[in-house]
Amino acid sequence: MSQLRQAQQSDQSESRTYAPHSIEELREVIAAAVSEEIPLAVEGTASKSGLGRPVQAGATLSMRNLSGVTLYEPDELVLSAKAGTPIAEIEEMVDKAGQRLEFEPNDYGPLHGMGPGLGTLGGVIACNLAGPRRLKQGAARDHILGVHAVSGRAEAFKSGGRVVKNVTGYDLSKGLAGSYGTLAVMSDITIKVLPKAEAETTLVLRGLSDEEASAAMAQAMGSPAEASGAAHLPALVAKRVSDGTLGSDPATLIRLDGFGPSVEARASHLGKVLEKRGKLEHLHGAESKALWRDIRDVQPFADGTDCPVWRVSVAPTVGHSLVMGLRRHAAIDAFYDWQGGLVWLRMEGGEAEAELVRAGVKEIGGGHATLVRASEQVRAATEVFQPQPAALADLARRLKEQFDPVGVLNPGRMG
Amino acid sequence: MSIAMPKPSEAVLSRREEIVSALRVIVPGEGVVDATNEMKAFESDGLTAYRQLPLVVVLPDNVGQVSRVLKYCHENDIPVVPRGAGTSLSGGALPLEDGVLLVLSKFNKVLDIDFDNRCAVVQPGVTNLGITKAVEHRGFYYAPDPSSQIACSIGGNIAENSGGVHCLKYGLTANNVLGIEFVTIEGEIVRLGGKHLDADGHYDMLGLMTGSEGLLGVVTEVTVRILQAPETARAVLIGFPSSEQAGECVASIIAKGIIPGGMEMMDRPAIHAAEDFVNAGYPRDVEALLIVELDGPKAEVDHLLTEVEAIAGENGATTTRVSQNEEERAAFWAGRKAAFPAVGRISPDYYCMDGTIPRKELPKVLAGMKAMEKKYGLKCANVFHAGDGNLHPLVLYDANAGELERAEEFGNDILKLCVEVGGVLTGEHGVGVEKRDLMPEMFSETDMNHQQRVKCTFDAKHLLNPGKVFPQLHRCAELGRMHVHKGEVAFPDLPRF
Ligand SMILES: Cc1cc2nc3c(=O)[nH]c(=O)nc-3n(C[C@H](O)[C@H](O)[C@H](O)COP(=O)(O)OP(=O)(O)OC[C@H]3O[C@@H](n4cnc5c(N)ncnc54)[C@H](O)[C@@H]3O)c2cc1C
Repeated sequence: MSQLRQAQQSDQSESRTYAPHSIEELREVIAAAVSEEIPLAVEGTASKSGLGRPVQAGATLSMRNLSGVTLYEPDELVLSAKAGTPIAEIEEMVDKAGQRLEFEPNDYGPLHGMGPGLGTLGGVIACNLAGPRRLKQGAARDHILGVHAVSGRAEAFKSGGRVVKNVTGYDLSKGLAGSYGTLAVMSDITIKVLPKAEAETTLVLRGLSDEEASAAMAQAMGSPAEASGAAHLPALVAKRVSDGTLGSDPATLIRLDGFGPSVEARASHLGKVLEKRGKLEHLHGAESKALWRDIRDVQPFADGTDCPVWRVSVAPTVGHSLVMGLRRHAAIDAFYDWQGGLVWLRMEGGEAEAELVRAGVKEIGGGHATLVRASEQVRAATEVFQPQPAALADLARRLKEQFDPVGVLNPGRMG
Repeated sequence: MSIAMPKPSEAVLSRREEIVSALRVIVPGEGVVDATNEMKAFESDGLTAYRQLPLVVVLPDNVGQVSRVLKYCHENDIPVVPRGAGTSLSGGALPLEDGVLLVLSKFNKVLDIDFDNRCAVVQPGVTNLGITKAVEHRGFYYAPDPSSQIACSIGGNIAENSGGVHCLKYGLTANNVLGIEFVTIEGEIVRLGGKHLDADGHYDMLGLMTGSEGLLGVVTEVTVRILQAPETARAVLIGFPSSEQAGECVASIIAKGIIPGGMEMMDRPAIHAAEDFVNAGYPRDVEALLIVELDGPKAEVDHLLTEVEAIAGENGATTTRVSQNEEERAAFWAGRKAAFPAVGRISPDYYCMDGTIPRKELPKVLAGMKAMEKKYGLKCANVFHAGDGNLHPLVLYDANAGELERAEEFGNDILKLCVEVGGVLTGEHGVGVEKRDLMPEMFSETDMNHQQRVKCTFDAKHLLNPGKVFPQLHRCAELGRMHVHKGEVAFPDLPRF
């Protein structure tokens, strides 16, 4: 009997972790898992193990030894790294060269009570993360150029390349982005990087209701100001970012970044339009950055508990209606990103209230609600992700069968 | 035609009349076209070297009809080729002798414009420019702008993941589509995305559908992001004594952290052809011309123009001209946007390639193409999306003089060189039939098998647009087999903790 099977049969706490050092070793691990039908929990540093459904696995496949940036050409706006490379290492490297990851991946660490900066590139892509800049510049899926991976068939394959414009064959990189490691395990990933902004200013409108904020954000985003962030923090939430310096009045935030003279001109122009809606303040540079980092990482709900938190994506103009509707039935705390289309909800009663949230989303015209924080017990008993219509669920099931017929990669994580 | 298409099914060909009648029941009136003279208009797309009359042309006008047509074809094992406006440059919409050509041109309505959510919902037959036309009264536009934008359909754009000169800053089709409705070959109507972003916890079927060249499903509705047009846009023409210097200039601009709205390059033959055709005001005495467009607030554009002019000087530019008004800016672009037809005037035929390379490899690839001109005895004019390394070499030939094959070999050599330097076969025009047999240059058998598994997910019988993209379609049952057998691999002895 192999060691793997012994590991599975023995006490859960003895469950083995396999950490390959090469793509060939990675392939071998998956081949063995397939051959013995032992499901693997795939992880980078397990910083996001609190996302998705809990996986019932016989062993763990850790990518931590497949780490390191293998190519970085700032002039070509391209970076390749092994999937287990800490995202913090990549962010530091590109920052030094005056660049950034344009999709501004959020860090779930603080929300899950783990420290910041723990994730890996593979995890960021597999969960298709994106921060406030999503509404202007896209998510991880929009910035992945190519990938090497091993599917649940224990076959190594590649897709895409290292150039921005490429329509050669199917874009499997996009297919793997957001697949939570259930189709294939990525070993090498190439992404697009872009110059970081020279200057940054945030316009802060004070005292707006959620509905007024929604209108203000729509106006800002529909103007030529090229805002790269539009968020609203209702009363009391506002004081839970930036170490309380914002005070507790509602704050509606519009971020402008880019070249100095441009930011100045846009801030002045947009400021004249917005000041008719309420009291206007400005935050610059580091202050602005710290604020958006807190919004990105859901700092207002990073309270050290596992009180359920939902991440809901809906049409921007109806985000506040969702919250208003839900408030009639449950105690919730909420704030908004993406012009109001990304609603973060904390269920104050401690119950996930999945049916309530999903009914609310349906009522306002549809979208996606994901339970991004809850105890393992709650996550096992709740549909964490938005249920799919039958025809789509059928396609998803077929895709999974094509790439992972035996079901060895993170079984149940997306189910 | 030098490419082998799947052998037409005798069973389908012999049942043509019956099939036509059945389709007439689903799509009544003039929606089914089977007369040879009327079908002629559809026998090729933008890649005119390849022609084939379809079995029958069907023009549905609602999603119910599309669903029933596909279901019928699926049940009766009849291939289906979707077609938008037929401007594909890779033969993606090339009909099949035993295939129904499903034309989406009657899906031409704008369904919903939602300025507050910055999106428009349109039918797939609406032209790319049609979307901008529908929203421009409020200062909005749809960003991806293929040169064919007056004619090509948004459905075709999604199938090809089309780009345009403004994609450097604003992204390709894939980055600007929020949702679609499509119909599977089994007739199922599926909706993906909408006015909200990202389907967390679901596979990115939208990402897979985009660029799938009509092999996975038929798109029947599209939701796109619309943007407020920049306050100002100005273009600057920069002439260089060599393409290498122009290439250096592009690299320096990006190294300075500037991502222009558009950054295009043309070589001498392309400059002359374009100037002769539209009098854009291009300098004739340069080897390479850059068009750099800066857009945004006036303050930003002014600031960056100064920087770009300085960078151009440092890289040996001999002429620099900034557009002084909208008319002039439009004129600068008119030459570039008309580059293909302009070259069409100086040569009986031309063959447009579409490889992308890492930008730093430009000098090597240009030198390679010079050598190929000699080898094949054919000339080549070059236009590039310089900012993202997407090349459009236009190989000039005369089909009547029997030069087509040589031109194709020339083109293939260019693409092989692109792959060799770390690039790809196609940046925006798609694989279609044209580059199908070159796929192994870039992908191994295993790579392609994994792509085909996506095909098997959507269309296990290979009825949607067969003969395109993949040099060989493996039967899905064959692809489904696992090559790792029970007990064959013992658990490896790896370091673990
Ligand atoms: C002069 C000229 C300039 C061009 N410039 C550019 C350019 O700058 N950038 C660029 O990217 N391309 C360019 N193209 C190529 C072409 O215009 C694009 O590929 C365009 O997106 C094709 O759209 P279409 O509606 O004509 O599609 P078609 O040619 O009709 O079809 C193209 C492919 O899409 C599929 N398809 C069409 N509609 C649907 C649907 N509703 N559902 C599913 N599949 C569908 C077809 O099966 C086929 O595989 C140019 C072409 C020409 C002739």
